[in-house]
Amino acid sequence: MENITQALAEIVGKTYVSGQAEERWFYGRDSGLMPAHQPDYVVLPRTVEEIQAIVRFAGRENIPVVPMGAGMSLSGLVIPQKGGIVVDMKRMDRILKVNETARYAVVEGGTSTGALHAHLNRHYPRLRFSIPDSPATTTIAANVMIHGQGRLTQQYGFNSDMVSGLEVILPSGELCRIGSCALSDDWFSKGPPLPDLSGLFLGWFGATGILTKVGLKLYPRKKMRDVEIFITDSPDFVPGILYEITHTEMAEDINIFAQPLPLIFKDNHHIVVYFTGEDLEELDFKKKKIFHALDGFIRNKDGGFMTIGEGMRKTLLDMPQRSATTFADVTRGGGFEYSGPIIPIDRYPQCSRKLDELAVKYDLKYHATARVIGRGHAMMFAFSFTFNRADADMLERTRKALHEASEYALSVGGLFWKPTLDEQRIALAKMDPQTAKLMKMIKENLDPQGIMNPGNWEVPG
Amino acid sequence: MKYADIVHRCFRCGYCKFTSDYENFNCPSYRKYRFDTFAPGGRMWLIRAWLTGEIENSERFQEILYSCATCGSCVEHCAFTFREDLVNIFIAAREEMVNSGRIPPAVRDYFKAISIHGNPYNLPAAERAAWAENLPVESYNGQEYLFYVGCVGSYDERGRKMAQAVSRLLSKAGVSFGILGEQEPCDGNEVRVLGEAGLFQFLAENNIALFRERGVKKIITLDPHAFNAFTKDYPEFGGDFEVRHYSQVLVDLIESGKLKPKAFAAKATFHDACYLGRHGGEYKAPRKILRAIPGIELVEMDQNRENALCCGGGGGNFFTDILGGDADSPNRIRVRQARETGAELLIVSCPQCAKMLEDAIKAEGLENCLTVMDAGELLDASIHED
Repeated sequence: MENITQALAEIVGKTYVSGQAEERWFYGRDSGLMPAHQPDYVVLPRTVEEIQAIVRFAGRENIPVVPMGAGMSLSGLVIPQKGGIVVDMKRMDRILKVNETARYAVVEGGTSTGALHAHLNRHYPRLRFSIPDSPATTTIAANVMIHGQGRLTQQYGFNSDMVSGLEVILPSGELCRIGSCALSDDWFSKGPPLPDLSGLFLGWFGATGILTKVGLKLYPRKKMRDVEIFITDSPDFVPGILYEITHTEMAEDINIFAQPLPLIFKDNHHIVVYFTGEDLEELDFKKKKIFHALDGFIRNKDGGFMTIGEGMRKTLLDMPQRSATTFADVTRGGGFEYSGPIIPIDRYPQCSRKLDELAVKYDLKYHATARVIGRGHAMMFAFSFTFNRADADMLERTRKALHEASEYALSVGGLFWKPTLDEQRIALAKMDPQTAKLMKMIKENLDPQGIMNPGNWEVPG
Repeated sequence: MKYADIVHRCFRCGYCKFTSDYENFNCPSYRKYRFDTFAPGGRMWLIRAWLTGEIENSERFQEILYSCATCGSCVEHCAFTFREDLVNIFIAAREEMVNSGRIPPAVRDYFKAISIHGNPYNLPAAERAAWAENLPVESYNGQEYLFYVGCVGSYDERGRKMAQAVSRLLSKAGVSFGILGEQEPCDGNEVRVLGEAGLFQFLAENNIALFRERGVKKIITLDPHAFNAFTKDYPEFGGDFEVRHYSQVLVDLIESGKLKPKAFAAKATFHDACYLGRHGGEYKAPRKILRAIPGIELVEMDQNRENALCCGGGGGNFFTDILGGDADSPNRIRVRQARETGAELLIVSCPQCAKMLEDAIKAEGLENCLTVMDAGELLDASIHED
């Protein structure tokens, strides 16, 4: 142990390596409900070369390596299942480049979404990226690694679809560039028209390599932004409402939420529609188009637009949305977790009813939230439960509810988003065997020793 | 432990680490160490682990708890309703450590010095008023104000200069004030935040009794830390004095025409002291002083007011130096931020900040382009111009 600590200290400096009980305890768990497992060491590298040296050293010593951003997946993706070295990436936090004309940024692998948001606000007020609702500490690399979603997902797909290039350290320690940046210093495409190799890394949770740089597409930022909420009391109307709104192509983002408390929200489904404009004329035009698109639902008394108070409007327009985090304290208990499958939007009604059923069955407070992905091609539906971390019985009930939600989601055609190890296992079991075999080939070829975030996407057999 | 019913409520989302615009991390200990364990969320989770017996009170745990500068940035930026208690929770955990008898040696030595000598410098009380030699400063004897200088202003060379400047200004403006001199006790603010609740209570009760005995009704403090103790904590023990930080008094004296600043040409930036700003809610007074001086061009650092980065001296770190030592120490980061503004003067309103930042300027090799001045010193210098 002492020798390994010494070796790591020679790479990153002794103040940036710890094998002490406090770091091992803290980095062995996340805010979610997955069982803890401690790393043996935590390191905070500052350079690509340092990470290469760590990975090469780990390879020689056959020690697992788990790259980590802010650790906010809630599904235990950076809990080191087999111990080893947790590589906390957050010291690598520089914004390396913003190409305003070509609308992309290049950031280091530990740069937070908050930092890029602030940087663009200050220096490039006409540009934005798809900021997620996760806390501002969330790193961009981790967010695209888990196929995160954000404010522009309704228009442009998963945040990982907006990647414009990657720099990756392979399990061998070799450095590899993916996309246009492999041929030049231009980071405008992660693959096309070349073979898109980004799929060897995105969605793998670090099991095939460590992202040290990410190119990210930026998008026009309009001067004005507003939000309206359409309410219906039946989940059955939600897919149709979403179809009509997406048909207008006027919305920036579309979220849906349903929750029993406070009572003002009970028994209703709230379709939150964001839209933007360069001026009031554009904003009003979009708003009118969205309103008119839902005329039929209003005429049939199936729903209507809700009056939004200024306080609520401010909360909804907040980016990143801090209020999303405060769901963790509804039970004064510091926790929430969700099973968030990606589903076709026509499955919203049944998922919504299942969530109601699970909340009653397990006596839990819940929040259904959904986000439209890519003009309605799919949506993320979160079976979200808040829990009291100090209440062991509630923790167990929440685990059971989440497990049941996951099985249900898979049964209705959903794909797990940022799946826990259990969800990965049941997804692999259901997967076309040839597809699973291909994943196994990729993993074994890239990481023959199996040292990279072991436990994740391990195809049995 | 007090607040044990709250520690499990932290989600470790990390908002506490940031500035309001998310551009920078603003927790001084996290800026230095960069392990999440040294951020407020890390402390919350580790305190709970300690209370449940999952980790021990180790040297590392002590370093984590005692590197908190109690600057209040986490209180300002946490997303949850219990945020007001964050610093109180860390202090409560320190109290538990003190009660268990296992604390860092530097903290133990601090308490010992206060207990034996009444000051952290292990110096005799007789030297407490040395700063006032050759100044027309009277002993307190029923004047309108007690000018409470505090340990740093009394003993530290840098602090003494501030005390001298402020007393000159008060005298020039005709303010009726006196000092307690060698009878002046330690205010105890750092004793409290380092976790020695019993010693703090002893100091507070004795000081309140002394102030009453001497007929003190109004107090001007040099040090925002004393300002904090007198306004926030002494009332709990019956101390109901009218307390003002010297910057607030100087503003009144300027506005009433009793002090007339003269031209002093310089580009200056202002560093908010945590115990005056975030804890005391006073961001305006020092800036009003600067704006009242003709020729001063005030330029703000990006991180200012509620987003100001602590100098790293709070929470007792001024004396224990747990946060010091390298280029990522908050005082060194702070002087680099000041330098980025192009200012030649870095203005402070706290003797601890003055010392911390002056040391950092030397460590950064910026002596030729950046000078620390207290707002009182600057005003004194401008008036002295004639």
